[in-house]
Amino acid sequence: MLSDPVTPTQITRGQRLWLYALVTLIALFLVVPCLLVIPMSFSGGTYLEFPPKSLSLRWYQAFLGSPEWRQATLTSLKSAGLTTVIATVLGTAAAWGIHQRSTVFSQGLRGLFMLPMLVPLILVAIGLFFLFSRLGLNGTLTGLVLAHTMLAIPFVVIAVGNGLSSYDMSQHMVAQSLGANGLVAFFTVTLPQIRISVLSGAVFAFITSFDEVVVGLFIASGSNETLARRMFSNIRDQVDPTVAAISSLLVGMVVIGMAVFMILQPKAKR
Amino acid sequence: MQGEVAIREISKSYGTYQALDHVSLDIAPGEFVTLLGPSGSGKTTLLNVLAGFIRPDSGSIRVDGQEFLTLPPHRRNLGMVFQNYALFPHMSVARNVAYPLTLRRVPKAEIARRVATALETVKMGHLADRPIQALSGGQRQRVALARAIVFEPAILLMDEPLSALDKNLREHMQIELKRLHDKLGTTTVYVTHDQREALTMSDRIAVLNHGQIVQCDTPSRLYDHPVNRFVAEFIGESSFLPVEVSGGATRLFGRPLALRERWSGHGTPLLLVRPEKLAWREPEGGGNRVDATATEVIYQGDSYFLNLELPGKSQIALRYNPHAAGGLVPEPGQTISFWLAPANTILIEDAA
Repeated sequence: MLSDPVTPTQITRGQRLWLYALVTLIALFLVVPCLLVIPMSFSGGTYLEFPPKSLSLRWYQAFLGSPEWRQATLTSLKSAGLTTVIATVLGTAAAWGIHQRSTVFSQGLRGLFMLPMLVPLILVAIGLFFLFSRLGLNGTLTGLVLAHTMLAIPFVVIAVGNGLSSYDMSQHMVAQSLGANGLVAFFTVTLPQIRISVLSGAVFAFITSFDEVVVGLFIASGSNETLARRMFSNIRDQVDPTVAAISSLLVGMVVIGMAVFMILQPKAKR
Repeated sequence: MQGEVAIREISKSYGTYQALDHVSLDIAPGEFVTLLGPSGSGKTTLLNVLAGFIRPDSGSIRVDGQEFLTLPPHRRNLGMVFQNYALFPHMSVARNVAYPLTLRRVPKAEIARRVATALETVKMGHLADRPIQALSGGQRQRVALARAIVFEPAILLMDEPLSALDKNLREHMQIELKRLHDKLGTTTVYVTHDQREALTMSDRIAVLNHGQIVQCDTPSRLYDHPVNRFVAEFIGESSFLPVEVSGGATRLFGRPLALRERWSGHGTPLLLVRPEKLAWREPEGGGNRVDATATEVIYQGDSYFLNLELPGKSQIALRYNPHAAGGLVPEPGQTISFWLAPANTILIEDAA
C-alpha cells in the first residue's frame, strides 16, 4: 500500500498529527510570555495584572514622558550600537584568522574567544567591577561598551565561523592571484559571500548588549544606567506596568525588524 | 618575450614529510610545461609555491630575472585557474573577468573592451551578463580561463582545470587550451595526473614522484626514453620483462636480445614492452622473438584484451588489435609469437 511506511523511521499521516500538536505546544510555550505582556501593558491599574481590569495608554506615557527612562533608553542604544560595531569587526577578524589555519594554536584561540560565553556571568560582572573600579571605568559608557563587546564577541565568532565553514577558500586565493592584496580580497570577494553570517553576528551582538542585565547591575550606575538595568530595578521596587509597556514596544520593534529582514533576505540570497 | 622561469633547489617539508625535495626546473618563455605525477607527488605544492600560497623552506624562483619568493601572491602578476574554477558567485560573468582589471585601475572603457576580447577568445562573449550559477561546468571553465588571461599575465598556472569535466568535454577542452596557448604564447605551468592530457598539450612534461622531478622531457622523449620504470608505467601502457645481463651480453629467457643501445645503467634492467610496438609477424631485418601462451582472450570491440604467459612464469597483459596481426585471433591456450624490432627494444632501470 502506498500509505504504508517505506522505511522504519518514516511516520504515517496519523502519527504526523501528534507531531503537529507537539510543535504547536512548544511554539505556544515560547510565545505566550510575549502575548501576556502586551495586554498587561495597556492596563489602567497601577499593578502588573492579567487580565487587566481597565485599558489605558498611561504606561506608554509614563515611559515616553520620563527623562530617566529616556536617558536609560539612549544609553542602551548607544552602548548596543557601539558594541555591535566593535564586536562585529573584532569577531569577524578573529573568526577569519582562526579559519585560515587549523593548528592547535588557532583551535586554542577559538576556545579563548568562547570564554565570555562559558564563564558564569556573575563572575564576569564581579571581575569587571573590580577591574573597572581601578581603571575608573565604572558608570562610564566606555566601560559598558568594553564589557558588552567582550560578551558579544563569542556570538560573532560563532556566526562568522559558521559562514566561513561553507566558504570556498580558493576564492580568496584566486582573488590574490588576480592582483588583490589580502585586505582587498577579503572585502571584495570574501565579505560579500559571508555577509549574512556577519549580519546575524551583528544582530546577536546588538541583542547581547541591549538585553544585558547582570554586568549592567554592577558597572552601569548613575547617568549611564542601561534600560535593562532600570527595568530590573523598576520590577524590584515598584512593579508598575511601565516595564510591560517597554517590553511590548521592544517586541513590536523585533517583529518589524524580523519582517524587514525576511523581506530583504530572498533578494540578498540570489 | 617574458615569462622565463628558473626554479632552483626548492624544498618544502611538513614535519617529516618531504613535499618537495630540491626541485629545479627551467621554463623557457612561452613554453607549456606540465607537472605530472600521482597524488602526493608534490606537483600541486610546486604550483602553489609558484603562485605564492606556500612558502618553501629553501630555494629560489626567478621569473624574468626577478626573485619571486619574496613577492606576495598579488604582486606576482600570474593568472591562475583552479580545479573548482573559484569563480565569484556574487558577480556576473563580465564582472568576474573584469575583476583583475578593476584592481589594476584600468580605465572603464578599456576594461569593457578587454573583457569582451577575453570572453570572445574563450567563446563566451554571448553570456557576459549571466550570473555564474546559470553556467554549466564547461562554461565556468572558460570564464575562469578568461579571467586568468584578461590581464595578460606573464605566466599562467593551471591546477587540474579539466578534472571536473566529463570525458568528451575534457578532450575537447585539451585541444582548445592547446590552441589558446599557441595563440597567446603565455608561459604555462599545468598540473595534472592524467598522462594523456599531459601528452596532448605539453611542450615538456616534468614527471614528479616523492617530491622530486624524476624526468623532464618532451612528450615523445618521455614516452620512448623513460629513465626508469616509474616513468614508463606512468606514461602510456607498458609491461616489463626481466632480462639477464652478463659481460656485455643481454639475454631474454635464454635468447640473446638485440638492443637499440647498450645497457649502461645501474641496478637490474627490465625490458619495456609497449603493446603498440609489438610485431605479430617477423619484421623485415629480423627482431627479438618471444614465444608466449595466451591464457585469456577477451573481446573488447575495437581490440582484444590478451593475457600472455611467458617463459619463467612472467605474465604480461595487453590490448591486442587483430588487424595489425593479419586478422589472427589466438585461442586461449594457444602459443603465439611476437617480435620486437631492435629499435623498439629498450631496457630501463627497475626503480620505482
